[in-house]
Amino acid sequence: MATATFRIWRGERGGGGFQDYKTEVTEGMVVLDAVHQIQAADANDLSVRWNCKAGKCGSCSAEINGHPKLMCMTRLNTLDLSEPVTVEPMKTFPHVRDLVTDVSWNYKVKENIRKFKSDPKRAWNAQQADVDRPQEFRKCIECYLCQDVCHVLREHGLHDEFIGPRFFVYTAQLEMNPFDADDRLGDLKDKHGIGYCNITKCCTAVCPEEIKITDNAIIPLKERVVDEFYDPLSRLFKIFR
Amino acid sequence: MGEYQVLEHDVLVIGAGGAGLSAAVRASASGVKVGVVSKSLLGKAHTVMAEGGMAAAMGNVDGRDNWKVHFADTMRGGQYLNNWRMAQLHAQEAPDRVRELEQWGAIFDRTKEGKILQRNFGGHRYPRLAHVGDRTGLEMIRTLQDHGIHQGIDFHMEVTILTLLQDAGRVVGAFGYDRERGRFRIFKAKAIILATGGVGRAFKITSNSWEYTADGHALAYQAGAELLDMEFVQFHPTGMVWPPSVRGILVTEGVRGEGGVLRNKDGKRFMFDDIPPLYKNQTADNEEEGWRYTQGDKDARRPPELLTRDHVARCIQREVREGRGSPHGGVYLDIAWIKEKIQNAPEHIKRKLPSMYHQFKQLGDIDITKEPMEVGPTTHYMMGGVKVDAETQMSKVPGLFAAGECGAGLHGANRLGGNSLSDLLVFGNRAGSHAADWAKSHGAGAVNTDQVEETARRALAPFERNGGESPYAVHHDLQDLMQNLVGIVRLENEMTQAIEKIQALKARAAKVFVPGNREYNNGWHMAMDLPNMLEVSEMIARSGIDRKESRGAHFRDDYPKKDDEYSKFNLVIRKAADGSQQLERVPIAEMPADLKQIIEEMK
Repeated sequence: MATATFRIWRGERGGGGFQDYKTEVTEGMVVLDAVHQIQAADANDLSVRWNCKAGKCGSCSAEINGHPKLMCMTRLNTLDLSEPVTVEPMKTFPHVRDLVTDVSWNYKVKENIRKFKSDPKRAWNAQQADVDRPQEFRKCIECYLCQDVCHVLREHGLHDEFIGPRFFVYTAQLEMNPFDADDRLGDLKDKHGIGYCNITKCCTAVCPEEIKITDNAIIPLKERVVDEFYDPLSRLFKIFR
Repeated sequence: MGEYQVLEHDVLVIGAGGAGLSAAVRASASGVKVGVVSKSLLGKAHTVMAEGGMAAAMGNVDGRDNWKVHFADTMRGGQYLNNWRMAQLHAQEAPDRVRELEQWGAIFDRTKEGKILQRNFGGHRYPRLAHVGDRTGLEMIRTLQDHGIHQGIDFHMEVTILTLLQDAGRVVGAFGYDRERGRFRIFKAKAIILATGGVGRAFKITSNSWEYTADGHALAYQAGAELLDMEFVQFHPTGMVWPPSVRGILVTEGVRGEGGVLRNKDGKRFMFDDIPPLYKNQTADNEEEGWRYTQGDKDARRPPELLTRDHVARCIQREVREGRGSPHGGVYLDIAWIKEKIQNAPEHIKRKLPSMYHQFKQLGDIDITKEPMEVGPTTHYMMGGVKVDAETQMSKVPGLFAAGECGAGLHGANRLGGNSLSDLLVFGNRAGSHAADWAKSHGAGAVNTDQVEETARRALAPFERNGGESPYAVHHDLQDLMQNLVGIVRLENEMTQAIEKIQALKARAAKVFVPGNREYNNGWHMAMDLPNMLEVSEMIARSGIDRKESRGAHFRDDYPKKDDEYSKFNLVIRKAADGSQQLERVPIAEMPADLKQIIEEMK
């Protein structure tokens, strides 16, 4: 039976180091299977967050050979097993233990985004074409891999001024919901830091749901913000309105 | 007593899936202080796995649908062991609950007229499942979550409850630990709603996530509640079977709703071979009619692939056992064939079943628009659970409510697909409302410190032993045992053997050893989940032995026929004074004449 080596981060609150584990590899295995085998056989107290093991809950985010991925959707046959496979926690969030990070910041950010507000004048009727766009954004499983890879958060640590790609997608979904009547453009500009995004598309590249985060969510929101606050013609128009 | 953090709420909800969040939102809207304890992070509960949709007789696609048809379908699917009052309330209230979700920001797929689109599903006479592609559960949980965080509810994420605290029989709180630091916490509450989901992790092949360790079932049992219909475990007919590491992951019934067919290795659509008498009138007798049904022809009857889950699962099992299965021990589920019927079939399939396409492509190297899937039965859902009052969802224990999968009554011997998400909404909502009322009319109780200390001592014991067995080893053995001896086809002697073996596992579970410390220690968590799974596994076997017939999800090879005598009662389990499981046959209440008439009319 073939075996492979997994180099897993062990330690608490930022401390610790890599530890190597050997485990058996069978057909179709994903990284999470390997981590579970290691946990059951050699490291009962290994910390890992997971739920559905089917790419639907977004719990088992980690950095595999340096790439932000879901452990449950990363097949071993896509990795070079002749070298140890490194598995480490997401770097953008505070470390808790082993592969687990503290993602509570994301929950606080969401609370500060104006919630869905229905339009009392509108009937609950919409064509599929009207909902296709927000439905793409509602596929998000909140794995926070896009937050993990975004340099505004990862390198510059602007967690207080910038909500990150996940929450631009969340805002876009609300703004494009045909039944919503609120307006979040002022917040995007002043509180949520949309200007910091320089559309490098790293978030789109790691999204396991293949949401076109940059093209379909962030750029349209940037355009709306520009139209609302920076377009000289419409500003003129507003003065005389 | 040790120094524990104490948190106080009027209503405490244990579980943050669809039922828990529905209950919390409703209770907090009633003006009481609500806390939600969830084993995982918010928004990760097993509800996200629900794919097909939520059943609600809105009649948007077929105007002939109404609550009476939905009621009759639910009762027929449950082989008339259902609590008829719950089935009635569920059918009547589901449409309003679905519309409420839309008013909180959910975005459903639309009909051409711009209404909420509804799809076909097994056992439902008309297209009835409101849905969003094949990720309806995610839509539901995200909507409730995003609405709930603005309602002033306190969320306690990654906290597990170990015991319910009682004062003179009444529930007055709960005691548990947080995963991150392993610290114990006391939650005081005037009412508690259990919404912990199911028990699937007791089985080896399951579609359920790690949280499904029967916590609510066991907590309620230990507190003195009654558990109903525990013999009925639903095996979903279509789980992935290959590769081994994904065995059990769900393949939505929506595949069949969209025209997917089941074939054996000879290419035969074997579902036509065995159509139960109860469904003969409603089922197509040729392939062409079945196809027309899936495409919305109102004069066509449904294809046999859309018979109830218990029946389809057994037919698949039969094909495999008799040597007509696929190479990896399943059968073929084929949606790619619809290219013979419609243009742009690959695009159509990707749009209707995006996550199925994704799942097979990524995990199995299979393109479902080109080739068939291999599927087989997987442990999916627990019909049995806490016996509750139909109107209020309160159990026999004062102040203790249950909703969703850990409650029981609605589904009888077999749940129809799509009736779970609507169950979560309807009865989560009811539990929230009535628990809030209860909390308003009752004061806080006293915490039993002895119970707290004893629970804490037992929880920490695995660290204090000088070595011993790993909790994972005990869990693996339980999963093998339940899969092999209390699975989809059952026998008296095997279930008796299972009970004996469970006693041995209980003894082993009481001696497991866990290395490391209390901080986010998965091994320790498993050690504390084990007693719940073991207790409930025993209930499944005990009830299974007593029901000497085959009905719904419970199939006995030694009693392969349905027996009328057994249609007159439900099985109930409670904890006897000596700590053993006491089983009782409880007669089913007489159905009122108006409901009887509905069932007659819909035959």
